[in-house]
Order: sequence, then C-alpha cells, then structure tokens
Amino acid sequence: MIKKFDKKDEESGSGSNPFQHLEKSAVLQEARIFNETPINPRRCLHILTKIIYLLNQGEHFGTTEATEAFFAMTRLFQSNDQTLRRMCYLTIKEMANISEDVIIVTSSLTKDMTGKEDVYRGPAIRALCRITDTTMLQAIERYMKQAIVDKVPSVSSSALVSSLHMVKMSYDVVKRWVNEAQEAASSDNIMVQYHALGLLYHLRKNDRLAVTKMLNKFTKSGLKSPFAYCMLIRIASKLLDETEGGHDSPLFDFIESCLRNKNEMVVYEAASAIVHMPNCTARELAPAVSVLQLFCSSPKAALRYAAVRTLNKVAMKHPSAVTACNLDLENLITDSNRSIATLAITTLLKTGSESSVDRLMKQISSFVSEISDEFKVVVVQAISALCQKYPRKHSVMMNFLSNMLRDDGGFEYKRAIVDCIISIIEENPESKETGLAHLCEFIEDCEHTVLATKILHLLGKEGPRTPQPSKYIRFIFNRVVLESEAVRAAAVSALAKFGAQNDDLLPSVLVLMQRCMMDSDDEVRDRATFYMNVLQQKQKALNAAYIFNGLSVSIPGLEKSLHQYTLEPTEKPFDMKSVPLATTPITDHKSDITPVSSSKLPDKLTPSRQDIYQEQLAAIPDFQGLGPLFKSSEQVQLTEAETEYVVRCVKHTFAGHMVFQFDCTNTLNDQLLQKVVVQMEPSESYEVVTYIPASSLPYSQPGSCYTLVRLPEDDPTAVSCTFSCTMKYLVKDCDPNTGEPDDDGYDDEYVLEDLEVTVADHIQKVLKANFGAAWEEVGDEFEKEETFALASVRTLDEAVGNIISFLGMQPCERSDKVPENKNSHVLFLAGVFRGGHDMLVRARLALADGVTMQVTVRSGEETVVDVILASVG
Amino acid sequence: MTVGLGGLCVQGVAGKGITWMITVEATHWSHAFPFTEEPSLYTVKALFILDNDGNRLLSKYYDRELYPSIKEQKNFERNVFNKTHKADNEIAFVEGMTVVYKSSIDLFFYVVGSAQENELMLVSVLSCLFESLSQILRKNVERRCLLDNMEGVFLIVDEIIDGGVILESDPQQVLQKVNYRADESPLSEQSVAQVLQSAKEQIKWSILK
Repeated sequence: MIKKFDKKDEESGSGSNPFQHLEKSAVLQEARIFNETPINPRRCLHILTKIIYLLNQGEHFGTTEATEAFFAMTRLFQSNDQTLRRMCYLTIKEMANISEDVIIVTSSLTKDMTGKEDVYRGPAIRALCRITDTTMLQAIERYMKQAIVDKVPSVSSSALVSSLHMVKMSYDVVKRWVNEAQEAASSDNIMVQYHALGLLYHLRKNDRLAVTKMLNKFTKSGLKSPFAYCMLIRIASKLLDETEGGHDSPLFDFIESCLRNKNEMVVYEAASAIVHMPNCTARELAPAVSVLQLFCSSPKAALRYAAVRTLNKVAMKHPSAVTACNLDLENLITDSNRSIATLAITTLLKTGSESSVDRLMKQISSFVSEISDEFKVVVVQAISALCQKYPRKHSVMMNFLSNMLRDDGGFEYKRAIVDCIISIIEENPESKETGLAHLCEFIEDCEHTVLATKILHLLGKEGPRTPQPSKYIRFIFNRVVLESEAVRAAAVSALAKFGAQNDDLLPSVLVLMQRCMMDSDDEVRDRATFYMNVLQQKQKALNAAYIFNGLSVSIPGLEKSLHQYTLEPTEKPFDMKSVPLATTPITDHKSDITPVSSSKLPDKLTPSRQDIYQEQLAAIPDFQGLGPLFKSSEQVQLTEAETEYVVRCVKHTFAGHMVFQFDCTNTLNDQLLQKVVVQMEPSESYEVVTYIPASSLPYSQPGSCYTLVRLPEDDPTAVSCTFSCTMKYLVKDCDPNTGEPDDDGYDDEYVLEDLEVTVADHIQKVLKANFGAAWEEVGDEFEKEETFALASVRTLDEAVGNIISFLGMQPCERSDKVPENKNSHVLFLAGVFRGGHDMLVRARLALADGVTMQVTVRSGEETVVDVILASVG
Repeated sequence: MTVGLGGLCVQGVAGKGITWMITVEATHWSHAFPFTEEPSLYTVKALFILDNDGNRLLSKYYDRELYPSIKEQKNFERNVFNKTHKADNEIAFVEGMTVVYKSSIDLFFYVVGSAQENELMLVSVLSCLFESLSQILRKNVERRCLLDNMEGVFLIVDEIIDGGVILESDPQQVLQKVNYRADESPLSEQSVAQVLQSAKEQIKWSILK
C-alpha cells in the first residue's frame, strides 16, 4: 500500500510524486475499504483520487474490475462528507463508459439533485445526465425542467449545459424544454444567460426565422455576459452569411456596435467577425482594423497574437486597409513571442512596398531557426505570395528559400519550400536554372522520398528543355546509385526523358540505362528495360506516347478492369480503352493562403469522386452493361436554394448512354414522398430508356433517383441537348413530430429547371505533360482548322476561360495563363472524347477589337474533330 | 453540413456516400479558406497540467475526435511542451490548435482551443483555473502541493469546464462551488506517527541532557 506521504519522499524533498508508483491492482485492492463501516471519509476520498488519477493517466480498466470498484463506490453515498460526495460524482462521470450498470446510482443522484444541499445539486445533475439515455431521460424530464429555471445559478447552469450535451442523443426530448431555457435566458446571472443562449440557439438553428427573432430580442434587450455577446456575434455573422444580407442590415449594425463594448473579448470577437465577412468594403473594415491596431500594443501576449493574426487575414484580401497599422506591426517584429513576430513580418510582407522586402527578409532570417515549423510554413507561404506580386524580387527570395532548404525542418516545411520554388520556376522562366540548381543540391541530401521523387519528376520535365541539359544528368544518376528503390525508379524515368528529348545525349543515356538494368530492384530494372527498348527505336511518336505522356487512366479503375479481365478467360487482348480515365485534379495555384493553417490532412489515398460514382452505379442492375463510366459532371442545381424540395443533378456519361442522377432532399417535415422519379423531355433525338425511382424520401434525408438515356447512334454530332424536367411523386402527409405517415397519399408533381447537356459532358480532361510530343504523336491525318471571331469577349484571359469551360478540356503547358501586356496567345487543350478517342486542340488567339480565334483540332477519329468544330461554331 | 476544424471532423451524416465524398473533398480544401464555424458553446478542446519534465499530471480532452487515443494525446502534450517550456510566451500555435499557457515554478497549465477560437476566451479559462488553484493551494502553486491536493484540482477543473463548455470563469464562484480546503495539518496515520516520533526524540534529548 502506498501511503500519501512516503517516508523517503519526505526526506528527499518536494521532487517526488506521491502518485508515481501507483499500481492499479493495489488501488483496487484498497477500494475494498469502501465496504467498511463506519466509512472513513479521508481514506476513501484518497482512494477515489487515486482511481481518477490512474484513469487520467490513461490506465486501462477492465469492465469487471471497473464495475466492481463502481459498485463499491456507490456505498459511499451513505457518508455526508461534502468533498467525498463530490468525488463520487466525478468517479461516476469518469467510469460512465467503462463500468456496467452505472444506472444503479440514478436514484441517489436524483435525490441529490432535488435535495436541499445546493452544493450537491449542480454536480449531481451533470453526473446524472452523463449516465442517462433517451428512455431514462423521460423519467427525469420533470426535474430537468425545474432545474433549468431554478433560482440557484449553479443548478440552472448545470441543467442547461447538460441539456446541451444531450441534444445530440435525444433532440426530441430536449426540444420540449425550450420555454424553460427561454426563461433562464433572462436570468441575472451571466453564466446562466450564456448557457441558455447556447442551448436555445442549438435547438433552433435549423429554423432561421426563430433564430432571427431570438437575435432581435437579445440584441435589443442587451446582455450582461461577455461570453453571451461573443455567441450572439457569431450567430449574427452566420445569419448574415447565410441570408447574404447586405451590410446595411441591423445585424451588421449590431456587430459593429460591439466594437465599442467595454470588454476586450467582445471587441475582438466583433472585429474578427467583420474581418471574416465576405465582400467587406475598405470603409466597413476600417473600424475593425483600428481596434485591432490598438490591441497590437497590448501588454497581453494573447491579445497581441489575436490582433496580428486577424490583421494578417485582412492583409490577404485588403492589404491597403492594413497599411495604417504598419508602424505598430514594425514594433512587433522584435516581439519576444516568435509567433507574434512571424505573423507581424508576414503581414508586413503583404502590405509593405517592394523596397521593404529586403529588410524584412533579413529580419526574419535572423530568427527563422527559433520558430516552430507551423510558422515557418507561414513564412514560406508569404514569400510565395510575394513572388507573385513582385516577380523581380525572385532572386532574393530564391536565395532565402535555398538557405531555408538547407536548415533542419520537418516534412511539411520542406514540402512548402519545394512547392514554393517550383511555383517560382513556373512563374518566372528566367529563374528556372537557379531554381533547378537549388533543387538538385537539395536532393543530394534529402530524406523525404516523396520530395525527391517529385523533384526528379520536375527535372525530367524541365531539364531537357534548358540550354545545358547535360549538367542535370549527374545529379539524377547519383540518385540511382545512392537512394531507395522509389527514388531510383523515379530517377530512371527522368533519365529516359533526357534521352528522348536530346539526341546528342541519347548515347550516354543508353549507357546509363544499361547500368540501371542491373539494379537489385524489380521496378527499377523493369523501367530501365522498358525505356531502353523504347529509346532504341528512335521514333518520336513512341517517345511521346510512352516517355513524355504516361498513362491517363484511373488507377483503381485499371485495377478493377484487369481483375475483371482475369476472371473471364478470353482470347481477346485487354483493351485499354475500357478503363475509365483519371479525373484530373483541380489544380488551383491561387488557393488562398491562411496564415495559420492546419497541417493535419488525411494522407491516405482516397478514391476519386468518379470511382465512387462508378461503384454506386454498378450496384444498380439496370445500369450493368453500360461499360465503364466515362465522366461524371459537377452537381447542377435544378431548384432554387430555398424551396420545398432541393434537387441536384449529376450527369454520368457512358460510351453510348447517359445516366442522370438526381439527388433530392425533402425539406418539408410534414410530408413523406414516395416513388419519386424525375421525368425528362429531351429536345433532340435522345431517348429515355428507364426511370429508377427513389422509393421513399422522408424529411431531410437525401435520396437519389436515376434516369437512363440512350444517346443517338445515327448522329454522333448531336452532342448537346436540353431536357425539361418534372419531378413526380406520391405525397403522404405525416406528423411533423413523429414522422408517422398517413395511410393515403396523392400524386403530385413539381417542375424543375431545364437541364443542359453540352459538349463538355462528352469530353474528359487529360493532362499531357509534353503537349508538343502528343501533338506529333496524333499526327495530322484528321486535322481541321477554322477561324472564329469572338465578338463579345474583351480580353484574352476571358477568352481562354470561356474556351476551357465550354470544351471542358485540360489546358496543357500552363497555357491557361495569359502573360500580361500581350495581344496574342496560344492555348493548348487536351482531352479524350466519349468512346476513348484522344483529341487535342490548339487555339491561337489574337486581340483586336474583339478576339479572333483560330482553332486547330487533331484526333485519331474524324467524327470527333467534326463534333468539336461544329459545337464551337 | 459543416466541415469541422482543420478539415478533420465531418459533421452531419448524409444518407448517400456521394454527398459524403464531396465533403471529404471539401475538407481537403478547407485548410485553404477561412470558414465560419457553427456557433456553439464548445469552446475548450482540451486542458492539461504538466510538470517541468513534461509529464502529465492532469489532462482532459473534450473533443472525442481530437486525439482519440492516449498515445496521440501524450504525443500532442509532448509536442506542446517542447514548444512552450523554454519561454513564457502565453500563447502558441501547435498542430493546428491555439494553445494558451502559463507556468508556475515547476508546473505548466495549458488550455487548447481550435484555430478559429477567440483567444481571449481561452485566456479567461486559463486564468480562472490558475487563480482558483492558487487560492486553494495558498499561493504555493508547485508540483508537490498540487499533487497533495489532487482531489481539489479535479473538482476545480470540473467546475470550470463541463464537456468543453465554459461552466464558470470567475475564480470566486468556482471556489464557492467547490468549497474545498487544503490540508493545513493533515492528521493522517503517518502524521500521528511523526508527532509521536518527534515527541520521543525530544524526550530522549531532554533525558540525555
């Protein structure tokens, strides 16, 4: 038995921990004294503390031993020692999930909760609610209602907070306590007010009208609690956001008025709410920015941090609004809290002029080693943004980044730097060689396989097109000698690209390849053998198809198709065209950079959206035999946002059919819809084959129905069509509370918006890393060219955007970015047409009064070329 | 449907996998956009007290989806400790969470909230915790004293936060509710033995004189 004061500890002074050598079994043994009469409160109290301490340390208690201890503990309710009783409540809460039959203490707790001792009542309510389930909740409902409106604040608060916890589990029961909560909200006690507001909002948040009413009431009457004010501000700004209310609404006035509250917490919450509103004008931001500016010189580090973090966010969208704070921010760059200093500098980098960049970079490099990785990433992101703003500064930045690259740091940090360098290279062609040189140096000593392979891939893509490709060979071949399998394999692929692009390097590359063929790893050897054979053919088309532009199929799709193929013995060779294509990820380089972003992203490979659709559609018998899913469109809204029924459509394209998937949600709580179908009337010669209804649509549970349409076979150029859609269903009225439907229903219908099928629905995006090579590979057998005038378009950017969204093809070679101050541009687009035909489009654009466009289309199929030109015209 | 913090938790179970999948994609992007969180009372994600070696003395995690296992929790605590124990800077940002902290002799007190949380609310929780403990420990906010009054510490934490909701932020109210007094002269078995022992010694000495 370990005693509270171990003798040894006493002698050695204060360094020891009386709980240090606790053994679970010994403590449980001790717990037997709970059964002794009379109860010794002191000793029992101490044993309970030990049990809670052990649970807190993460000690595992088995169900049997926990239950045994729990039952022994229930005897302690006989003692009237206050602290002991309170510790019993804590034990109940801690053991609620590990012990069995915890409900046996219900009556003791109910007694304490309604008893005379006010000290017991609040904690007893909280313990009771922890062990209560929905069925038992009905039994204590009466007491809960009384407790919510109790005049003792701790009782009322405890009841309100416990109710809030139980909303998730038993919404329907807690909902009935709204009136009591309403009464508690007008309590004088500030915490009761806050808790009541929180519960009321939680119960009403789906009813916008009720929320609006509640806000009106409280903003007028005023509240005492600063916490409650913060909550009101959050509710108001959410409501503003949802209703897209203008900034002249009373809600905005309320938030703004909170900027003059006397509590800093409320002022900051209001300022932060205003800053986060979309579409705020500089004038509306000004008062919020000026209170944040005041906070910058607060003695409290937390407040300075909060202020500068929020200003950093403002600076991303409205750098000019923050310029007024530059002086205060300058004072913060030497703040002893490095997080504050970093945020101040990155903010200044966004708001300052080009001339201050050098000075700030120098300042930040003086302490970059002291700050945490999260903030280093923030710095890198700020630099990345800066490079886009001041392209001329790229040499300073590049230097700084390469220094950072040499320092120690975690993976996230290194990846941010590598991404930043890559984006600089892509934005500024003149920085390409220095950038590649830094990256080459980095992979010489890089422990992150992912980054090494990424850089090798980039070298393979960019290296052969530099003036001196030979100097990269050494760095790449070093990897083959020194690194792990994955990196070696990537290095072999990169080498092959040099051989394919540069004829004078080909002999040397072949020699190196020969050495790679003796590698110990299968993958590396296979790659080397494959590339060796392709390169020896010396054919441009082969190089393009097998070295520059790899496979563009979806990997899970390929796996599934191959598996299917091996199951059915057949003489036919495997057809690559039967494999669904990979959906190109949306590469949005201009993603907003949050200063302090969470780095916790799920790293596992999630199947793409299309793979999931493929699986779901394959499960429906009527859709078997349609072949692989070719493309799934984005969701199209077929209803207004605020209607009785919400319907969205996803268009799935197959080789000869289309499936329209309608995701419907019923927002009426007094109706149950059954046998829901969406009837479609095509404008062209499309033929509706079957409807697959959604059998039942209860309130707020989404369901899907499908329509299968056959595409016209005789006229392959008929790619666009308009469908008028009507939703038909059987309505049964039902009780809004129980969801119990009436027996009888009636048929009804609901007109939806028209659905368009366009040429883009027949084309899947495919990225060709080397467009020139792909262009040669397809050849000019079926090439057609035509010139169009785009009268309504004013700029090249706009024209490029329109063409891409109209054709739904993938821009290659970064040709979707129009350089500034140019009046001509060439756009390269790649895609695959339904049925698996590669197609490439080159659009030369010239800006005069309008935009003139010369379109050249190449494909392996003549009809595809015709379809494209016909649809453009 | 709301997307939770840092793209981690996905609230609201959609009937079909499709809608769910889209949320997953959205979470992937959510780190790039500031987004408004659902207003709620669940302010505090975690609270813990460590000693000056970074060992856990008490810790509470209020969001089950955040660090569900003991191992993840201890890793996080270790990470937080490494980043904060050198300089008393009040506030830090670790693993996508805002952490406010305070140290006293050989103890470190931490309150954790989401990145979007109002930092001052977290500070008010931290200072309430510290003030209340300081009162029951009679200003001796150090490890040994804290461990000797562990039951009081558990009760105080329980009165300040309930399941992540701030229950009380005024130290006087907390103390009144807890109504706990630290041992002035603990009259346990040992101390009786000690008294006897020292009495014996004194007698022995007085005889020897």
